[in-house]
Amino acid sequence: MAASAAVRSSMGLTLRLSRVIPVCSTCPLYRLNICGNSAASLQRRGSFDSIRTINRHLQTSIGLYQIEEGSSNAEDPDDYVVNIVYIDRSGQRIPVKAKVGDNVLYLAHKHGIDLEGACEASLACSTCQVYVSDAHFDKLPEPVEREDDMLDMAPMLQENSRLGCQIILTPELDGMELTLPKVTRNFYVDGHVPKPH
Amino acid sequence: MSCSVPHRLCCSSVIISVYSAGVIVRGSGKAFFASCNPKICVVGSGPAGFYTAQHLIKVCRLHVVSFSAFSSFQARQDAEVDIYERLPVPFGLVRFGVAPDHPEVKNVINTFTQTAKQSRCSFYGNVNVGKDVSIEELQQAYHAVVLSYGAEGNRTMGVPGEQLAGVYSAQNFVGWYNGLPSCQELNPDLSCETAVILGQGNVALDIARILLSPVDILKKTDITQPTLEALERSQIRNVLIIGRRGPLQIACTIKELREMVNLPDTRPEMVAADFNGVAEALKDVPRPRKRLTELMLKTALDTPGEKEQERRNKASRSWGFRFFRSPVEVLGDPDSMRVVGIRLAVNRLEVDGARAVLTGEVEDVKCGLVISSIGYKSVPIDPSVPFDSRKAIVPNNMGRVQHVSGLYCSGWLKTGPTGVIATTMNNSFDTARSLVEDIDSGTLDVSISKPGSQSISALLEKRGVKPVSFSDWEKIDNAEMKKGEASGKPREKLLSVEEMLRVVQT
Repeated sequence: MAASAAVRSSMGLTLRLSRVIPVCSTCPLYRLNICGNSAASLQRRGSFDSIRTINRHLQTSIGLYQIEEGSSNAEDPDDYVVNIVYIDRSGQRIPVKAKVGDNVLYLAHKHGIDLEGACEASLACSTCQVYVSDAHFDKLPEPVEREDDMLDMAPMLQENSRLGCQIILTPELDGMELTLPKVTRNFYVDGHVPKPH
Repeated sequence: MSCSVPHRLCCSSVIISVYSAGVIVRGSGKAFFASCNPKICVVGSGPAGFYTAQHLIKVCRLHVVSFSAFSSFQARQDAEVDIYERLPVPFGLVRFGVAPDHPEVKNVINTFTQTAKQSRCSFYGNVNVGKDVSIEELQQAYHAVVLSYGAEGNRTMGVPGEQLAGVYSAQNFVGWYNGLPSCQELNPDLSCETAVILGQGNVALDIARILLSPVDILKKTDITQPTLEALERSQIRNVLIIGRRGPLQIACTIKELREMVNLPDTRPEMVAADFNGVAEALKDVPRPRKRLTELMLKTALDTPGEKEQERRNKASRSWGFRFFRSPVEVLGDPDSMRVVGIRLAVNRLEVDGARAVLTGEVEDVKCGLVISSIGYKSVPIDPSVPFDSRKAIVPNNMGRVQHVSGLYCSGWLKTGPTGVIATTMNNSFDTARSLVEDIDSGTLDVSISKPGSQSISALLEKRGVKPVSFSDWEKIDNAEMKKGEASGKPREKLLSVEEMLRVVQT
């Protein structure tokens, strides 16, 4: 019962988003072999069933679309729901009811949270940096080398920094809190170190 | 005109409609209000200009703080932002600085395009602020002017021989391969074997990578056609990237270093002695510096595995860092007046690497191309704007230009020419916040109405200047993309202002 509902909802999702199915050959994730849907990684991630993997694939494609309003429909089975909290730059807590497979950057955009994504999730900038709650930081998969390279350029890097565009929601991330770095007004007064360019 | 609030608000009665809440509030008594939309002018359409505009448009929304029948209320009006740009095309260094083989970095153009297409944002290209219109005239027309015109000059080496043929600033070289109209006459001669780049920042590495990348890779990027032709004829087989100080002071970042290490058909050649003591110094160093240095050490010192060794043996080109060297003279051939070599002084480090001090030794390196990549530099735009020539920035306090009310700055003009797009983004949001604070506190008086682009457009027309709108730019954009299709490139850039304006007029 739940399984067929899951199939229906994911097929609906597939069809709704099918007009913007990405072309893998041009996608940086594919070219860098870090795409969650490539053959090699499908074997690695044996714990995810193929439906969830398809959802994740569609929702992590590079900058081609945003998660559509209609994609969270009332029929979603509970085991797909992931509740997280964004803490914006003014300290305001914004709870969000999300789904397994949602991309943290695009989810933020959908909820009007000002998390910039200058390079549109292609691991070419650090504007979507978030601080991940300690309890959940270790539950995230290790960053790929390129994410670490971009994080190195982020202002106010912390131990629990990650790039929002690389965080895909899974059930165990329920309750995760993502804090947007506060850009302090005296960022430059406090011994600003010129950044390389 | 374009007041989004009924005109009656400009009088003493205070009937306003809050469109977002659908509520009509009637009140009297003390009231602070802005009578018309704040009109803000941004000079420069690169990341600084666009991020500042983005924040201003987002934050200056109709906003009721508190209201009741008799108490005061505050309303912040919709800001209108006009972005002026000297060239017919927008986006500044995102278009002309970011390397052609880094297309993902240019995705930010989509964000900027969204901002430009907001009804309260207008783009005026082909307008030279400082020449076609003065800062003072802009200040008269707008409530606030934000200077975001970046750094179009470059620091010079200041050594004899710098004027010889074959010596270029990184800025001009990058402008050349990225299609900046003013750099299209560069025609660098790439027929020598060795190229020397002074400076070890990301710009230096970009140039090294463009000089050494297999042309087949570059053919699919938006690099200009003349550059591709020059690179196809290029004889350059070896590029040295030279820095005054040591490995721990290198200014590039790990992404660019990794790209050099993995560059097809090239091998790295470093001087092992340059890395003495570096591994030991890494213990307490912050993560970014640590990872970068570890990659450098690995590349320079580790014995490569069999596969990598084979790859290096087969490589037809080489590159390497040289440390502790400062240029003292560019050596030229007296007949051809072309560069044939560069004389470098040997340094040693003092004060924990903060300072490079001459030792007295020199060495000569044979080369036919010298590119100095030692920093961009802002230039003054208008005598009425204060300028710190030592730091080459506009003196400011959190984006507020010192001693000039209503004048702000953001981006490299504000902090100096370093930082990636994310840094400039934060910097620009910061300036926008200062500006909004000033509106809210009354420091910036937006109660008197200002003509904005109406008066400036009239001035420009009188002076024979034809501004290019954002939809005009989209004509140019489409023309370039169409032209690129034929050769499998994302675009074929138009290389002169005349060509761009011709497309606009069709």
